[in-house]
Amino acid sequence: MAHAYTPGLKVKRFTVVSKTRRLPILGEVLVKEGETVTHDRVVAKTQVPGEIHLINVANALGVDPEETSMFMLKRLKEPVAKDEVIAKRSSFFGLFKSFVRAPADGTIELISDVTGQIALREPYVPVEMTAYIPGKVVGVMPREGVTIRTPAALVQGIFGVGGEAHAGLKMVAKSPDEVLGPEMIDSSCSGKVIVGGSLVTGEALAKAVKTGVKGIVVGGVEDEDLIKFLGYEVGVAITGQEDIGLTLIVTEGFGKMKMPQRTFDLLKSFDGREASINGATQIRAGVIRPEIIVALAEAEARGQAEEEEEASGGMAPGTPVRVIRDPYFGAIGQVAGLPVELQKVETESDVRVVQVELEDGRRVVVPRANVEIIEE
Amino acid sequence: MRLAKSRCEERIVSQRQTKKPEEFEIMLMTDVGSTTTKARLFRKKGNEYRFVSSGEAPTTVEAPFEDVTRGVRNAVREVEELTGLHLLEEAGIVWPRKANGEGVDLYATTSSAGGGLQMMVAGVVMTMTAESAERAALGAGAIVMDIIAIDDGRMPHQKIERIRTLRPDMILIAGGTDGGTITHVAEITELIAAAEPKARLGIGYDLPIVYAGNKDARTAVSKTLASDFALRIVDNIRPVLELENTEPARDAIHELFMEHVMSHAPGYDKLMKWTDVAIMPTPAGEGRMFRTLAELRKVNVIGVGLGGATTNVYSMYDGKFVRTVSANLGMSYSICNVLKEATIGNIMRWVPFDIEPALVRNRLRNKMIRPTTIPQTIEELLVEHAVAREALRLGFSHHKQLARGLMGVQRVKTMGEIFEQKAEVETYIDMMHVDFLAGTGGLLSHAPRRAQSALLLMDGFQPEGLTKLAQDSVFMMPHLGVLSTVHPKAALEVFEKDCLVRLGTCIAPRGVLGKGGNALSFKVEADNRIVEENVSFGSIRVVPLESEMTAKLVLSPAKDLDVGRGPGHGLETTVEGGVVGLIFDCRGRPLSIPEDSAVRRQKLLEWFQAMNLYPEPVYERIRSAQVSGGS
Repeated sequence: MAHAYTPGLKVKRFTVVSKTRRLPILGEVLVKEGETVTHDRVVAKTQVPGEIHLINVANALGVDPEETSMFMLKRLKEPVAKDEVIAKRSSFFGLFKSFVRAPADGTIELISDVTGQIALREPYVPVEMTAYIPGKVVGVMPREGVTIRTPAALVQGIFGVGGEAHAGLKMVAKSPDEVLGPEMIDSSCSGKVIVGGSLVTGEALAKAVKTGVKGIVVGGVEDEDLIKFLGYEVGVAITGQEDIGLTLIVTEGFGKMKMPQRTFDLLKSFDGREASINGATQIRAGVIRPEIIVALAEAEARGQAEEEEEASGGMAPGTPVRVIRDPYFGAIGQVAGLPVELQKVETESDVRVVQVELEDGRRVVVPRANVEIIEE
Repeated sequence: MRLAKSRCEERIVSQRQTKKPEEFEIMLMTDVGSTTTKARLFRKKGNEYRFVSSGEAPTTVEAPFEDVTRGVRNAVREVEELTGLHLLEEAGIVWPRKANGEGVDLYATTSSAGGGLQMMVAGVVMTMTAESAERAALGAGAIVMDIIAIDDGRMPHQKIERIRTLRPDMILIAGGTDGGTITHVAEITELIAAAEPKARLGIGYDLPIVYAGNKDARTAVSKTLASDFALRIVDNIRPVLELENTEPARDAIHELFMEHVMSHAPGYDKLMKWTDVAIMPTPAGEGRMFRTLAELRKVNVIGVGLGGATTNVYSMYDGKFVRTVSANLGMSYSICNVLKEATIGNIMRWVPFDIEPALVRNRLRNKMIRPTTIPQTIEELLVEHAVAREALRLGFSHHKQLARGLMGVQRVKTMGEIFEQKAEVETYIDMMHVDFLAGTGGLLSHAPRRAQSALLLMDGFQPEGLTKLAQDSVFMMPHLGVLSTVHPKAALEVFEKDCLVRLGTCIAPRGVLGKGGNALSFKVEADNRIVEENVSFGSIRVVPLESEMTAKLVLSPAKDLDVGRGPGHGLETTVEGGVVGLIFDCRGRPLSIPEDSAVRRQKLLEWFQAMNLYPEPVYERIRSAQVSGGS
C-alpha cells in the first residue's frame, strides 16, 4: 500500500474530547451554545413513534374487507383509549353484535378497505439524551443535537460490551499483570468503575454484577468467560446495547494480556476521579472503540490539551508501537526501520514489514499490518 | 413513481468520451472495498488488452476522511508511481485521455464500501415470491438483511419492530402472481408503511422501494407507499408460478442504488462525476465474470468470493445463474461469525497441530477486533485456513438452499421422494456435473502458494468427478465485471490471459471405501511422458502438469467409486493442467475426516504434504512437537 496506516488506540493524559450527541429523530435541543453542562444534564429530547398494532377488523367482524370503513366508529387520525370500541357490527336487527376494542391508547393511522386491517399507533414515547461527558456546549444542531467539548484524559479500549456509564475510578489491581479475581471485589467497588490488570475471570465478572460495579477496565478476557457472561456468542463486533448490569472494557484483547504500563499508570493517576465510560464497539463501517474519559478542569489541562486532528500520518523510525499479533503479541517497542522492499515472512507471503526494537532489546521483523502506533 | 428502464447495466453511453470502445488504449478500474480500494490498469498491447499494474490504499469512507475519492486517489497514485503515467489531476482522474497522452480512455468503478448494498425483501409466501425476491436482490449484488413474508412465523408487531430497526438501503417487495392475491400484497405493504423504515445513509430522503409483484395490486401498493417512499414499480417477479423473472427488479435495484444509495454515501457524489459509467456493487461485477466464464466455455461453473466480511457464492449451472451472499461469513470482520456458525469443533478438525480450542477461540477473537492483521507464522496461517474451509463450506451450503427449482410448481414426485419424505425441492447442483470451480477474494488470491487455494476450494466445496480449478490472480474480477459493461472484448481478453490462474484439474471419485484399499488407478500421458499409478483410499496424489498443457487421462476406479461414468466404470478423457497440476483426491465423497484427533492430525499433514502446501520443515516441526507432546 502507498503508506502504512495503523492508527493506534489513544492513551492520552491531556487531550480535548468532543462528543456529538444526536437524537435518533428530530426533536428539541435544551441547551445553548456556550453553556456548561454536567454529565447527567438532559441536552436534547424527542418523542419516538409508539408501538403499532395491526388489527384485522374485517375478520373480527366477519365482513368483507371493502366494507371495513362502514363499520368503524373511529375515523383516521382520531385518538382512542384502551378497550374503547372502535368498530361495531349489528346483525339480525341488533340481536347479534360484534365489537373490536382498542388494544391500547393511541391514534388510528390506517383503515384499509383492501385488507380489512386498521393500524393503531400508541402515543409517542419521550426520549431524553444526557450530555454523557461534562463540558461546554460548543455546537448546536437545531432539533438534532449538540456537541460537547472538554479537556480530558482519554483511554481507548480495543473491545467492550455494555453502554454508557459514569462513575468513580477505583484501582483494584496493584500491577498491570495481576489477574482480577472475585476476591478483589468487595462492597467498596459498588457503583465504581474498577481497573484490573491482565485478565478478568468469569467469577469476577459475575461477582462484579452482584456487587453493583458499574464498569470494569482490564487488559483481557477469555472468550469462553465472555460467552458465559453475555449468555450468547458475539458473531460480529457491534456492541454497546447489551443489558448485562455493567460495562466491560478490554484494552488489549482476548486471553490473558498484560495492560500496558502506560495505560495502567494513567488510570492509576486518576484513581478516585469521576469517569465517563462506554463499551460500544464497532469494527466495521465507522470504527467505534470503547473509551474511558476523565474530564479535566481547564486549570488541570494547563493548555496542554489539544484537539485531535486527522488520523496519525504513519510510522517513522522511533515511533512507539505495539505488536498486535503472534508471535510477538503485546510486545512494545519502537520502529527501528521501515524497509521499502517487500519481505518474505515465515508464511512465505511477501509483505511490507517494519523492524521493531522491542523493550527487551530484541530486534524483530513484523508485517506492518501487525503493529499499531502508540499514540502519545 | 415510474417504470424502470430496462437493462440499466448496458446503459453506458459516455457523454465526455468521443472515442469508440475499440479505440480505447488505457483503461483504469477501481473497486472501493470495505477496507481497501484497489486500482487496476489495463492497456492495449499490440492487438490485445492486458493487465498492466495495480495500486491499493485504505478505503476512506469512514471518519475522519468521509470521502471515498481520497482512497481512490491514493490507490491510483500508486499506479502512477509504478507506471510513470499521469492519471490524476485536481478535478479527479484525467479522463478522457488528452492529446499529450495523459490520462485514461475509460474510468469505472465498483463499490462495496460502507457495507455494500443492504436490502430487505418481502413477499407473500416465504418459499415462493419471497424466495424469488431474495434471489433477485442477491443477483443484483445486495446483502439481504431479512426476508419478510406473510408466513414467516412472526407476529405483525414483531415484523414491524424488525423492519423499523433494520435501516436498509432499499426494499424489494414481491407477492402474488399476476391476477392472483391482492389482499396479501396489500397486507405486506401496509406493514412496511406502518413501520416507517428509515434509510441507512443520509437523513431526510425517501427510502427507495421496488415493487415487483402482482400487477393488479399496483394501485393499492401506490396508495399505501407512493407518498412516503421513492417507489419504483416493475414487472412481476413471478407473473405465473412456473416463471421467475428477476431481471426488471434487478435493473431497478441497480438504478436506485446509483440514484439514491450511492449519492448519499460519503464522497460518492464526487466519484460519480469522475465517470460516466454507473457504479456497480462489487459482487455484481464479480458475478458477471463468473457468468462470462460459464458462457464462454459452455460449462457449469461455481465461483466464490471469500472476503473479509462476506462470502459470495455464484453458480451458473445448466444455464441458470444464482448468486448468494453470506453476509456474516468472512475472514476478518466476520471471522467470529464463522466460528459461531461452524462451531469450534468443525474448525479444529482442520487444524493439524495440537492446540487448545480455547486458545484458537481467543486468536480468532483477536483477529475480529484487529481485522487488518495478517498471519506471520505458519501455525497462524493454518488456523486461518481452517476457518476459510468452514466459511466456504457454510457459504456453499447456504447457496444450495437457493439454487433450487421454483417452489409451488406442480410436479410429479418420484416414489423415492415420497418414501424418503424429501424436502419438496432440493438443490439442482450436482457436484459431479460442475466443470469449473473458481475462487477470488483476499485470502485465496494472496495465498502464499497456489496449491493452498486449490485445497481450500476442494475441502470447502468437495468437487466430484473431474473439475477444473482456477483462481483470480490479483483480485480483479469486479474490475473486469464493470469493464465488460463498456468493453466486453477487453474484459474477456484480460480475464483469460491475466486474471484466471489455472490451478489444475481435480479428479475426485464419488463414494467411500469402508475398508480402504486401492481407490483409483490412473494413467497420464503428456508430452511423451507416461505416469501410471494406483492411489489408495484416503489419500491425495498430485501429478504436475503445467498450465496450457493437456494430457490424456485413463481412470479406473474401485467398484464402489464413481468418476462420472457410474460406480466402478473407467473413463478416458483429456484434461488441462495448471500451476498445481492434476490432483487425484481419493479421500472420498463425502469427505471423511478421522474422528480420533491424533489420526486426524496425521492425515491432515499427509494431505498437506502431498499437495506441497507449506514449506517442508513445517511438517517435521509439527510432527516432532506432537511426539514430544505425547499426542
